[in-house]
Amino acid sequence: MINWIDRNIKWVFTMPAVIFVALMMVLPVGYTFWLSFHNWNMSNIDPPLWVAFKNYQVLFNDPLFIKSLWLMLYFTVASVLIETILGIGLAIMMNQHFIGKGLVKTLFLLPMVATPVAVGLVWVLIYEPNIGIANVFLNKLGLPGLEWLTSPDLVMPSLILIDVWEWTPMIALIVLAGLVSLPRDPFEAAMIDGANSWQTFWKITLPLLKPTIYSAVLLRMIDALKTFDIIYATTQGGPGTASQTINIYGYVLGFQYFKIGQASALLMVFFLIVLSISIFTILLRKRAGVSL
Amino acid sequence: MKKGIKGLIKMVGPLALVTIMSSLLVGCSDSGSSGEGDDKVTEIRVVTANHPWTEAIEKELSAFEKETGIKVKIDSYFEDQLTQKTSVEFASHSDDIDVVMFRPLQDGKMFHKNGYFASLNDYAKKDNFTEDFIPAALGSVKAGDELFGLPLVTETEVLYYRKDLLEKAGLDVPKTLEELEDAAKILHDPENGIAGFVARGKRAAAVTQFSSFLYGFGGDFIENDKSVIATPEAIEAFEYYGNLLKNYGPKGTLNMSWPEAMAVFTQGKAAFYTDASSLFSNATDPSKSQVADKVGFAPFPAGPDGAHPYNVTSWALGIGANSNKKDAAWEFIHWALSKEMVEKLQAEGNPGARISVWNSPEGTAMFPEDLAAAIAANGKADGKPYDRPLVINVGKARDTIGDVIIAAQQGKDVKAAAEKADKAFQELLDKENK
Repeated sequence: MINWIDRNIKWVFTMPAVIFVALMMVLPVGYTFWLSFHNWNMSNIDPPLWVAFKNYQVLFNDPLFIKSLWLMLYFTVASVLIETILGIGLAIMMNQHFIGKGLVKTLFLLPMVATPVAVGLVWVLIYEPNIGIANVFLNKLGLPGLEWLTSPDLVMPSLILIDVWEWTPMIALIVLAGLVSLPRDPFEAAMIDGANSWQTFWKITLPLLKPTIYSAVLLRMIDALKTFDIIYATTQGGPGTASQTINIYGYVLGFQYFKIGQASALLMVFFLIVLSISIFTILLRKRAGVSL
Repeated sequence: MKKGIKGLIKMVGPLALVTIMSSLLVGCSDSGSSGEGDDKVTEIRVVTANHPWTEAIEKELSAFEKETGIKVKIDSYFEDQLTQKTSVEFASHSDDIDVVMFRPLQDGKMFHKNGYFASLNDYAKKDNFTEDFIPAALGSVKAGDELFGLPLVTETEVLYYRKDLLEKAGLDVPKTLEELEDAAKILHDPENGIAGFVARGKRAAAVTQFSSFLYGFGGDFIENDKSVIATPEAIEAFEYYGNLLKNYGPKGTLNMSWPEAMAVFTQGKAAFYTDASSLFSNATDPSKSQVADKVGFAPFPAGPDGAHPYNVTSWALGIGANSNKKDAAWEFIHWALSKEMVEKLQAEGNPGARISVWNSPEGTAMFPEDLAAAIAANGKADGKPYDRPLVINVGKARDTIGDVIIAAQQGKDVKAAAEKADKAFQELLDKENK
């Protein structure tokens, strides 16, 4: 027995992980894939009915699906872009020496630690158009109050603001770690050559930080694509369908309309999108000469 | 990064083992306790909604436990999560749900068709248990002759209003929708944070409370298997409801279901509010409402076509098809819906479906007088036994109709929105009637 374990030690140690991944990831994805070719409304009496590609066909002719795709991309690109710019700025700020740095750092990290659903509920109160603090604040500045989450035009920017508030610190944290580990020599050389601080930042800091920024953006982007909690806790996709991203639409199709096949097809499309974006980003990183 | 991933994989191993082991253990204990035969049942699981009825029954449970020796574990969820939670559990053939609280008009047809419910025919026959229930209410939990639930809560749409504001302005309680709009206009005072009118404006949630308006204008959802949500009457109703919320409502009605709308009303920020009668204790309980002593109730105002408020069974109790403790589950239902218990809970403000209780003076003693009168008046009016279209896929139908309510509140072209929804709704009907 012990001999056998010794001989197969590499399998013995990896097997649990492989089983776990197979059970918890491959199996569900495979089952979803299988369901996406069937018609099923969660019935215990009627088994899933084979409909081939009909679910996909219906999906791509569904204006709500197209809209939810676009909303997902809009949300992701806008949030990640703003978060990256602010995050880098924040990291550079926090890399300076000033009194109370530790305290400021901790405070900045707090939003990230909070539970997204709780964050959503807090922002619902902040955005409340009649008594919420956001409008009280605007009124104090002499500006008219906004409808925030309850206005079809403002709901996406309002949600993006929540995401930015919650996740900018994450980018800042990663970039800060990168900044701290940068070599000193190029900066000293630049100083001797008489580069001003803008040139130093643009020509030295940023290129050296590139790998770190790529990692941060990739992590954040995959997460942003998958955002469900904040949106569900605040608007459930409303008003109307104005914030119904692909995740929320999948939930609605599955658990409110009982169209499991349709929802599975949607999730497969979503899966492919996330996968291709990840692969694309990794390729980009490789081209930039960064290894994972 | 590389190190991180390796570390992660190393951690996954033990984690997986723990997961598998614990699931094996759970599996063991499951099969241990779910043996055949109900004689040793010590606990049942009752999945309910966050609803005044649930709060009330929880206080009574100890009596049931003493009487039968069965412990009752209550899991409660908000309406939408309840539907999701229960359907997922049922669809996975789980035997964990013994008693389920459900919305007959929302989930009843779909759940029954999917085989989630146990038949209650044999149980109910034993002592003619259903005899005393309002026949219309029973109709909503039956498919043909098969009984799959028992009516728990009945409700009708009433007008909640602020006595003090009306008195100050010298206004009478509106009896028609026209008078309601006039009064809302007069009382609308956004400068002082008072809206003339508040009601649900959120897509699907608004549909049920809009239904009485629709009927009042002479409209309906379906006639002879045809969608009629784009008839001139229906469009008028959509426009009326949308305008009321747009012109005299608080900000943010587009995202309001009942908890949000009720909060606006109970914080003293609205003069009129239309919603289900069964929610009244939220407005009259001083611990929940800042205007508890100033709330008045009136029958639902008549529209151009007369008063046709809905009168529905909003909640019912059923038994899970896979439950191993069906007899114990029935014992619970039998107790919770016994005449004594219904009388007791109805006295606390939970309108039930027993005829004898409604006929006894104690049955309505604890209701505010004007609310009891309003419910009685609604009952006599030519009402409808449904507050949403009677289809299988109610979720989809409600969203489709809710789109028009959203458009109306935004002042968009209601006719165009209604025609678009009409087409989608007809497609759904055709599919279901095939």
